[in-house]
Amino acid sequence: MEIRPIFASLRKHRIPACLIVLEIALACAVLCNAVFMISQRVSDIHLGNAIDEQGTATVVLRGTDDKLVGSDIPRNLAALRGIAGVQAVAVTSTLPLSHNNWGWSFGLDPDATISDQKSHNVSLYFVGEGADQALGLRLLQGRFFNGDEYAGSKFDTAPLPETHVVVITQSLAKKLWPGQSALGKTLYSMPHYYAVIGVVADVLRPAIGTHSGPYTYDSTYYPISAGGSKGVLAYYVIRSAPQDRERILREAEQKLASLNPGAVTKAQTYSDIREKYFADMSSMAWMLVLVCVVMLAVTAFGIVGLTSFWVGQRRRQIGIRRAVGATRGHIMQYFQTENLLLTSVGVVVGMALAFGINLYLMQHYEMSRMPWYYLPGGALALWLLGQASVFGPAQKAASVPPVVATRSV
Amino acid sequence: MFAYYLDLALRSLRRNKVLTTLMVLALALGIGATITTLTVLRLLSGDPLPQKSAQLFYPQLDPNEKDGYIAGQTEPAPTMTYVDAMNLLHAHRATRQVAMALSQAKVLPQQGGDHPFFSDAVMTTADFFAMFDAPFQYGNGWAAADDDSGAQLVVIAGFLNDKLFGGANSVGKTIRLNDRDFRIVGVLKPWAPQPRFYAQDLGGRSYGDGDAVFLPLRTARAVDMGPQDTECYAAVTDIKHLETAPCMWLGVWVELVDDAAVAGYKSFLSSYAQQQIAQGRFQRPETALLDLMGWLRDQQVVPDDVRLQAGLAFGFLLICVVNTVGLLLAKCLRRSQEIGVRRALGATRREIFTQFMVEAAIVGMAGGVLGLLFAELGLLGIRHQPAEYASLAHLDLGMFLFTFVVALGASLIAGILPAWRACVLAPAPQLKAA
Repeated sequence: MEIRPIFASLRKHRIPACLIVLEIALACAVLCNAVFMISQRVSDIHLGNAIDEQGTATVVLRGTDDKLVGSDIPRNLAALRGIAGVQAVAVTSTLPLSHNNWGWSFGLDPDATISDQKSHNVSLYFVGEGADQALGLRLLQGRFFNGDEYAGSKFDTAPLPETHVVVITQSLAKKLWPGQSALGKTLYSMPHYYAVIGVVADVLRPAIGTHSGPYTYDSTYYPISAGGSKGVLAYYVIRSAPQDRERILREAEQKLASLNPGAVTKAQTYSDIREKYFADMSSMAWMLVLVCVVMLAVTAFGIVGLTSFWVGQRRRQIGIRRAVGATRGHIMQYFQTENLLLTSVGVVVGMALAFGINLYLMQHYEMSRMPWYYLPGGALALWLLGQASVFGPAQKAASVPPVVATRSV
Repeated sequence: MFAYYLDLALRSLRRNKVLTTLMVLALALGIGATITTLTVLRLLSGDPLPQKSAQLFYPQLDPNEKDGYIAGQTEPAPTMTYVDAMNLLHAHRATRQVAMALSQAKVLPQQGGDHPFFSDAVMTTADFFAMFDAPFQYGNGWAAADDDSGAQLVVIAGFLNDKLFGGANSVGKTIRLNDRDFRIVGVLKPWAPQPRFYAQDLGGRSYGDGDAVFLPLRTARAVDMGPQDTECYAAVTDIKHLETAPCMWLGVWVELVDDAAVAGYKSFLSSYAQQQIAQGRFQRPETALLDLMGWLRDQQVVPDDVRLQAGLAFGFLLICVVNTVGLLLAKCLRRSQEIGVRRALGATRREIFTQFMVEAAIVGMAGGVLGLLFAELGLLGIRHQPAEYASLAHLDLGMFLFTFVVALGASLIAGILPAWRACVLAPAPQLKAA
């Protein structure tokens, strides 16, 4: 295939050629960044969370009398256990992705305080007896709390409970004590200290900010007795087989509402909590998908339009080429090669532009660096798009009969 | 002459319907996307109190430990301790000053059988209503003396009054909040500033419905209502008594009428910080006094995603414009002979240029009308989104007119190159070729 005639002809049509290149470049730049943003959101939406998401549901009970929780909580739990199909129930202070976040900073030295710059900010989960089963936490090392630890832990006037044991997630354990076992190590925040007795698989924090990051899994668990909970234990977590969940949740809400007429109940399956947390993110991802599709369609139509015009303008020349021996394939190839050349220049400019936009977004938004393979990926997409959209007009060109050469248009 | 160009343009556009439809459609999609995202962006970055915002300021101090402080770089804390908030309030250095925190109040409807529910509550001080121009339907706010007396008074929002009292004047009646009786002193007209500027960094949402109940701060704290968000900077031994704990949980606003007052307040703030350092309470001298819009910018109240969407839509519009340039150019080059004939018959270059610009403008106007339709569809889609600002997304008159400005602007920019190419064509070769 001779490409010199293509160059010669493109030189004659500099402006339309530049326009195609520009359109491809812009489309490539926007596409790379949009797809990168989509993939970031999709990976956030699918973040792992080591609890039984399909089997858990919760009724949040608020507005109860803090002085009576010591007797109310055991009564409520007993009532929930009475529902047919319930596998486990427990009460906690919050749930992953519930937005109800209680954070605190701990250090690794005995004199660490909350305000130390070296201290690590973590989310606190206060849990009642049986929470590990109700949530479906996966224990990796050590053990969960025993009955004495639950019974002995209470809130005094301080915001942290009067206990000395904690269970932490695997990510946090690795971050705080890299290369060592976390068991037996201690978290300090004067005047409190907590020894790690167990490590569980990664559970998300109640709130993970706009995007996931190195802090996404920094969760810690503390035992608390019903009587000493001072009203923080509001999330009744109910575990069942997934197919029973909706029914059990309805019954549970009715039971809790009738047992606690002065309180306010809110029932949600865990899947609802998760979906609600990521709702904004997923609608943004869908919007990006929509824009990408429409943008590629507009680009394709632009290429079809300009190439068709080109073909129409060169009917005579095509006829002459056909008359002197060029096959239909040659004509097809001509237009396909021409498009390939233009698209190649376009994607080279586009990749540079995409990289620039990514740098700008990194500076002004919470955006990370785009992995390199998005650039050739975007280029490939536009090459294919270019070839697909040039196919129709090229075929039209190939069907120009040689006899055209002998007629004046 | 213009009518003639219009006629020529319409004929030309009709001649190639597919190409014309493509151009209009592409332009309309670009315009629709741009107007949709700009409407949302404008809505979210709007001024919540246009008549007052220039006089409202948000003072900031920094009681944090010295550790980690870099002079000139570390920004002061976004909220205040109770001690500092009260010191600023009692100093009375501004025309008005209020302190506030957000909370949740359990409301028990008077009619038996109705279930209690939680409502958004603001714990604040007497000046709140006058300072933020909150309009009263019935009654009014509480007096400054009630801030200290701990009287169980409450101002409720119109929608709560509708729900509990059927919209009747409920001033003087009691409402049961968190299992205690409060006397209603005022009922607000619908009032929901967007963004909900006073809730920034206090743990509330930034947009959406207004708050339901407003209680005197001291009263609310006396019945154990807690703030939505608390930030502690030292070991806390007694979290129940937040007033004395080393924790920040209050936002303070001051009203300052002119530049002199602002300068005066700034120097008051820094001398206050110095004085606290001298007393050993503070370690950092940093203070700030941003005005309302400055504070909203500082808080980046507009979600990143909304700004990204607007940027993306502009990129898309740019692609659509380039696309239109290409297609218009194709159309006009195809008509080289016609142009040659017109030139030969005496049309000047300017006339040819105008003719093609008129054609581009027609495409633009058609794109604008269709784009408006797409924008309405887009906003309809946004109203069905889960975002807290969703229900606010409507096209106003300004954006309606702006749509046509964008459409016309985009199409004329797109038309310049093809029209210029058309008018510089030499007539002779075109005529010969024919």
